[in-house]
Amino acid sequence: MVISRGFLGRRRDGDRGGRLPPGQYDVGDRFPVLSAGPTPHTPLERWDFTVEIGRQPAARWSWDEFQALPHEEISVDIHCVTKWSKFDTRWSGVSLDALIEAVSAPMAAFVVGFSDGGYTTNLPLADATGGKAWIVDRYDGGPLDPEHGGPARLLVPHLYFWKSAKWVRGLRLLDHDEPGFWETLGYHNRGDPWLEQRYSGD
Amino acid sequence: MVGAAIQRRLTWQVAQVSAHVRDTPRCWRISLDVELGAWLPGQHIDVRLTASDGYQAQRSYSIASAPEERTLDLVVERLDDGEVSPYLTDELRAGDAIELRGPIGGYFVWQAGLGGPVQLIAGGSGVAPFLAMLEHHQAAGSDARLSLLYSARAEDDIIARERLDEHAQRAGVEIDITLTREAPDGWKGRIGRVDAAMLAEAVIPASEQPQVFVCGPTAFVEGVAEALVAQGHAPAVVKTERFGG
Repeated sequence: MVISRGFLGRRRDGDRGGRLPPGQYDVGDRFPVLSAGPTPHTPLERWDFTVEIGRQPAARWSWDEFQALPHEEISVDIHCVTKWSKFDTRWSGVSLDALIEAVSAPMAAFVVGFSDGGYTTNLPLADATGGKAWIVDRYDGGPLDPEHGGPARLLVPHLYFWKSAKWVRGLRLLDHDEPGFWETLGYHNRGDPWLEQRYSGD
Repeated sequence: MVGAAIQRRLTWQVAQVSAHVRDTPRCWRISLDVELGAWLPGQHIDVRLTASDGYQAQRSYSIASAPEERTLDLVVERLDDGEVSPYLTDELRAGDAIELRGPIGGYFVWQAGLGGPVQLIAGGSGVAPFLAMLEHHQAAGSDARLSLLYSARAEDDIIARERLDEHAQRAGVEIDITLTREAPDGWKGRIGRVDAAMLAEAVIPASEQPQVFVCGPTAFVEGVAEALVAQGHAPAVVKTERFGG
């Protein structure tokens, strides 16, 4: 390890009682935006959410139908692989448990979230269920901004935030793992911030 | 597949600062000697600083030099309220050691084998990855058309000005700089913010199917990417990278 002469750092008290994973910093009130391409704008009347088994659609909700599903209020810390963390973010959305239970897929062991614009991300079923992941359509009491993933995005707060795919349109249940967009471009397949699983091989 | 080359463990490496030069009032160019292997123009690295009590901070920086060059260069903009950048600009000096790992990222990349035309659009220090692409374009002898539209605040804020002027003389390369705050008398470039009208005029048109790369602050990238899609560029060919995170 190289000591950086004269480097003090200013956030040594900023781990907020152990809530800051290794290598992260508290971004405070800001909410940085990161995405690999232009922000899509799908009109709500054309928006739907699909759960597929393999490649076969098994359940589908229109925007209005999705709004009618039971929503949960979620207050969580989020951690971006680009090093910022944001504490106590407030969301509202539908649990993945509820969406996946709507279909019968006993073979399912993995989930791929797919989005407008072609983005995908993969999760083991165990990371997607058990009250750990949601499709959220509200942030901080209002509709979710397009640049933050609106109308709806995945929220998987216990993993790095690239897993929380913006502009999500569906889930694909699979019996095998299918690495998604960043997962095939050098980033870690699972992305646990507490294990600092940023890049492939971490 | 570009990504296939980087599926290996990225370990922390010690780099020596071989040059530390103030390039503009707010940006420094830091040249590093490090054995990283070949990187792709557009990729970034993570820098890690360690205080004497073990406290560490990490940040990502785009690589601003081509893999063919001798050093791995970063362009660091000093953020007055930043934790890492003031250290890199004010404290770090030639001869110091620093830890980094990479190269990282397999999407926002261009190499000669991908051909052209290529449109690069930068806001401020977002020009850094494009400096790597321009140097690589020259070193590789690429005949791809490469066009840069670069927004800077004032003439003094233009990063790597001399190299950009030299690149502008090369066949197939266009360097188009716009100044948003103040332009000196006799300024021959563009003036004003990058907006839809300027993009329509300055960017390789969608009919020529350019690969497009946009890098800069979030508001800049959002605005540019949105306008490009409205002007017929396929969303899938518009690749974006933002900083300010």
